[in-house]
This record gives sequence, structure tokens and C-alpha cells, in this order.
Amino acid sequence: MTAATTAINGNISGEWYLALAGVLFAIGAFGLLIRRNVLVMFMCVELMLNAANLTFVTFANMLHDIGGQVLVFFVLVVAAAEVVVGLGIVVAIFRRRASATADDFHLMKG
Amino acid sequence: MLHVTYLIILLPLVGFAVQVLFGRRLGDPLAGVVATLFVAASFVVSVGVFFNLLSVQGSVRSFNQNLWTWIPVGGLQVHAGLYVDPLSMTMVLFVTGISALIHLYSIGYMKGDRDYPKFFLYMNLFVASMLILVLGNNLLVTYVGWEGVGTCSYLLVAFWFTRDSAAAAGKKAFIYNRIGDAGFIAAVFLTFDKVGSVDYSTIFANIGKIGGGNITAICLLLLVGVAAKSAQIPLFPWLADAMEGPTPVSALIHAATMVTAGVYLLCRINPLLHASPDAAWTVAIIGAVTAFVAATIACAQDDIKKVLAYSTISQLGYMVLAIGSGAYEAAIFLMVAHAFFKGLLFLGAGSVIHGLHDEQDLKRMGNLRVYMPITFVTFGVGWLAIAGVPPLSGFWAKGDILENTWAAHPALWAVGLATAVLTAYYMSRLTGLAFFGKDRWKNKVPIDAATDFPDAHHAEGPVPEPHESKWVMTVPLVVLAVLAAVGGVMAFATPHLSLAHWVDPVFGGNLYNDHESTSTLWKLGTLDGVVAVIGVFIGLRLWITRAERPKLEWAFLRHSWYINELFDAVIGRPGTRLAEFSSTVIEDKVIDGAVNGTATLVRRTGGQLKRVQTGYVRNYALWIVVGVVVLFGFMLSRMWWS
Repeated sequence: MTAATTAINGNISGEWYLALAGVLFAIGAFGLLIRRNVLVMFMCVELMLNAANLTFVTFANMLHDIGGQVLVFFVLVVAAAEVVVGLGIVVAIFRRRASATADDFHLMKG
Repeated sequence: MLHVTYLIILLPLVGFAVQVLFGRRLGDPLAGVVATLFVAASFVVSVGVFFNLLSVQGSVRSFNQNLWTWIPVGGLQVHAGLYVDPLSMTMVLFVTGISALIHLYSIGYMKGDRDYPKFFLYMNLFVASMLILVLGNNLLVTYVGWEGVGTCSYLLVAFWFTRDSAAAAGKKAFIYNRIGDAGFIAAVFLTFDKVGSVDYSTIFANIGKIGGGNITAICLLLLVGVAAKSAQIPLFPWLADAMEGPTPVSALIHAATMVTAGVYLLCRINPLLHASPDAAWTVAIIGAVTAFVAATIACAQDDIKKVLAYSTISQLGYMVLAIGSGAYEAAIFLMVAHAFFKGLLFLGAGSVIHGLHDEQDLKRMGNLRVYMPITFVTFGVGWLAIAGVPPLSGFWAKGDILENTWAAHPALWAVGLATAVLTAYYMSRLTGLAFFGKDRWKNKVPIDAATDFPDAHHAEGPVPEPHESKWVMTVPLVVLAVLAAVGGVMAFATPHLSLAHWVDPVFGGNLYNDHESTSTLWKLGTLDGVVAVIGVFIGLRLWITRAERPKLEWAFLRHSWYINELFDAVIGRPGTRLAEFSSTVIEDKVIDGAVNGTATLVRRTGGQLKRVQTGYVRNYALWIVVGVVVLFGFMLSRMWWS
């Protein structure tokens, strides 16, 4: 038993956490690509962000560096701000178009 | 008084400024009076400076004044400087004097013109430019005046620019002068390169350093400028076309302010010419050919002003011939005498044109001596003077040149003598047609020929009788007639007062040595007089009785040896074709092609690339993910292989 693995929970090593974070990120990215509902896409983005947060925390623990945990707070704050703006846009669009499907909004087509 | 020399230039310049600011308000005739006064004041100052210079003793009789440093650039220090010596003083005296008379005459001649003040504005600037040219103490200041007279001649020749022919003539004068200016400025560059200065005194002091070939090159480049300005072969056609300008302008250009500039420049650079016999020979030959060719053309022209124009070209050829033969003093003598009688002839012609209500065709004149006695008498003096009939000024001046060319080369002399006969002939033809014979002006029909005053109303019905001009026009005629008659005094007054003695220090050792015996000179002089009288006799005899003698007016001569046609074929048409080629091929295909091609390329590329922009969020997200995966894979592979 190394010090790094015992610090979290007796018998679970850090690599598992990283693997979980990777799976979470992949689910989020995949969901973002295949879903059309804007709100669900948002949730997927959040999932990816939190996967990233999980790796930060894990590495902070494994490397005994508080910096990773600090960074998580920043990510949370930025994510909150991003969601406020993003949801604001979604609500505004929904009011005009009565739709929350991403494919309906392709005004930027070249 | 020498230190106020700058006033000579400043006064006409102030006159110019006054015309610019107040010309319209002064109006007709006050604007003309003011302009005349400024030029006359300049003449008075010139006389003062002249007497001051006269009181300075012989060999050091010159005065150099640097007003300010004009161009201080490293090794090139050009001063706005004036140089007064007997040569420039002679020029200044007759330029200001005759210009003042022509200004006075213009008050009457230009009366009623729409742009009366503008005319005097240009005239004052013209005189000021010429004075800068003459008084400059280095090549660049001279060049400023050189360009100035070129510009003013353009403005004045094209004064009645609403007439197409006048506008074209102005352009022609300007373009021919530009060709000459290019030669002049190239000579300035070469001089600065070799000597490191453009001051006349420095150049002449360093002739040894320049080297023979370069001296010849400088002289020949300057000769290009001279040929354009003084209307020598092959750059003379502009002067004939310049007759489109008002007649006082013609008088000013021919007598005082423009065409003499080239001759003056050749005199100014006499040490250079002396150091390059090749250049001197070129100058002499060009002068001789010009004198002869122009004289033949003058024999077959119908327009009174055209005859006088070709006559001027011919006389300028004489002056250039004299310079080429080393007879600078003779050239100056003829230049001064010519200024008197050619100014007189042009003003006389203007008086005739005015009196006949804008008729310039000699074939529609005749018997004017009855109607315009003052004009006839004064014009007659000019006629006999230019014909070289003794004892008028032209005889002495022309004789001086012929004697010197005889000693230089008999062939040059022969051409000169032939020209003298022709001169006497065509001037007598002109006088015979205009002042003798029948009153041909009575059967005047409406003409479309180019005349002065295009706006003037050509009355229908009976032709009004010719009338004598007013005093403002006849007084200059009388003054010039007296000068033209007694001008020969300059040659043989007391030895210490003669023109040759006066300008001698300028030419010094470079002077052509007159080594002919007295008896030869007497023979040559007598011959000059005899051929002049014969020429006059033949001309009068032929042209008083009949006005139409087609056999004596060859088309070849009427068309000025087809020189305009030649230039048109050699330069004009190929130039036009080149321009058309540039316009249709270079412009349309090459330049537009490159520009349009670039635009098409960008448009097509954009058209293809815009497909990337689908507008679907998922697409963009996919690309981001792909990017992340690629980057991730790349980093993993780096880890793997390292």
C-alpha cells in the first residue's frame, strides 16, 4: 500500500479514479455529439467539466499538491458563469423559436 | 547700386503678385498699366545697375551676389545667387526694355479681352522668369528660369485655350521644351558629378578636371536644351505653332524673353564650348542648317505671323552658327539687334492684324501703306533692318557673323550668305503683299482660319476700312524703329563704347581671333549689302504686282519640309500605337487580368471552403473532439516512442 492510494480510501488506488474520470469524459463528449437537445448537451458539457475536476483532485492527492484542488474551484466558478450565459441564450432562443433542438439553429451555415 | 540687382527680378515678380491678388479688381486697362509700370521700373533699375557696372574697371567688371543658400545637401551647396557681368547685363537691359515696350503695346492690343488681367499676370511672370534665367550664377538657378519661361510660354501660347488649335499649340510648345529640359538637367547632373558644383565660376575654374569627352557630352546635352528653347533643328516646329498666342506674346517670345535664352546659355558656357571643338562644330552646323531651312520655309507661308516666326528661327540659326564659329560677340550683337527689329516687326504685324480686324492672311492684305502710315514706316524700318540693307542694324550684325563664319569655314559662310538672300527676299515678299499692291482685303470673305480674338464679332456686309492703331501701340513701334535703325552704332562707335569691347571680358581668350585682312572684310561687307539689296529688289518686284505665284510657293516649303509629318510618322503614330497597345493589351489583359484573377481565385477558394461551415453545433463539436483525439494520440505516441 502506498501513501497515495491509502489517502483516498483504504484499498482503492488513484488510477481507478482517473479511469472513472476518463469514462465520464467520454460519456460527456459522446453525449454532446449525438444528442440534439440543447439542455442535454449542456449537461454533457457539465459532465466533461466534472470529469476534468475529478482528475485534478486525484492528481492533487497523488502528487501531494494543493494546486489541483484550488484549480477545481476556479473551474466550478467559470462553469457556473458559463452556464448562466449559456442558459440565458437557450431561454432567449426558446422564447423566439419554441424549440430547444440544436439542429434547428444553423444560421451560421456558410 | 550693384547690390540691388535682385530688384530687377523682384519688381516683375511683385507685379505678378499684384496681378494675382488685385488683377480682377484693377480691370481693363489699369491692370495693364500697373504691369507695364513694374516692368518699366525693372528697366530703370537695370539702367542704374548698368551704369554702376560701367564704372567698374575692365577685367574685374563683374559682380556676384549670393542671396541665400537654396539647397544645402551634403556636398551640394546651391546658392540662390545672381551674377552680373557685361553679358548678363546686356541681356537684362534689352529684356526689360523691350518687355516694357511690349507691355505698353499690349494695353492697347489686348483691350476688351475677357482675361485682360490674366494676360498681364502671365506676362509679368514671363519677364521675371527670363530675368532669373539670365541673372542666375549657377546652372540650377538658370534652370529655374528656364522652366519658368517654358511654363509661361505654354500659358501664353494657349492663352485663347477655348480654341483647339491654340490649346494644341501650347501643348506642343510645352512638350518640345520638356525634351530640351531633359537634356539640360542631364547636363547639370553630369556637371555636378564631374565638378561637384553647379556654379558657373567653379565649373569654369575646373574645366581641366572634367576631361574632354565629358565636356563634349555636357555641351551636347545643353545643346539639346538650347535646340528646344531657341527652336533649332530638329526641335523648331513648336515656335511656328506658337503663333496661336496673342501677337504681343509672339513679340515677347521672339524678341526678348524666350528664344534668346538658348543663345544666352551657349554664350554663358563659352569656356566649355571653347574646350570642346567637336561640340562647337556641332553647334555651328546645327545653326547653319536651321538658318537656311527656316529661311526657305518662310518664303512660302501665307500667315504674316508664320513668316515672322520662321524668320526668327532662321535668325536664331545665325546666332547659333556664330557661337559655333566662336564669334560670341557677333551672336550677342545680332541677338540685341534682332530683339529690336523682330520686336518691331511683330508689333507691326499685330498693328496690321488689329487694323484689318483680325486678318492674318497676307493674301488678303495689300496697299496698307495708305491706311496705316505709321505702321508702314516703322515696319518698313524693321523690314530693311532684318533684310540687312545698310546702314540699318541688321546689316552690321549679320555682316559681323558672316565675316567670322568666312574665317571659320567657307561652307558655313556660303550657307549664311544664301540665307541672307532668302531673308531679304521673304521679308520683301511679306512687305510687298501687306503694304503694297491692290486692296485685296476688300473682297474679304468669312474665313475659318485661325486668327487672334476668336470672340471678336466678324461683321457681315461691307468690310470696314483698315485703321491706324492708337498711341499705346504706335509709340513702342516708333521707339523700336529708331533702335532698329541706329542699332548698328553698337558695332562701331568709339572703341571703348562698342558692344564687342563691352562684352569682351566675358569671352576673354576664348574669343574667335579675327585675322582677316581689312580688304577682305570690306569685300565681304560690300557683298552682304549687295545681296541684301538684290534680295529686296527681287522680293518686291515679284510680289507687289501679283499675290498668287504658286510656282514660287512649293508645297514642300509650305509644309515646313514636312517635318511635322515626319515627327508624326516616326514618333507620333508609333507612340499612339504603343499607347493603344498598352490600353488594350497591357491594361485589359495583363493588369486587369492579374487583378480579376486574384479576385476569382479568392472567390472560388471561399466557395469551396464555406462548406466547412455547416452551422450545426454538433459538427463543430465533432471537429473539436477530433482535434482533441488527434492531439491526445500524438502525445501518447510521443510517450510511447520516447
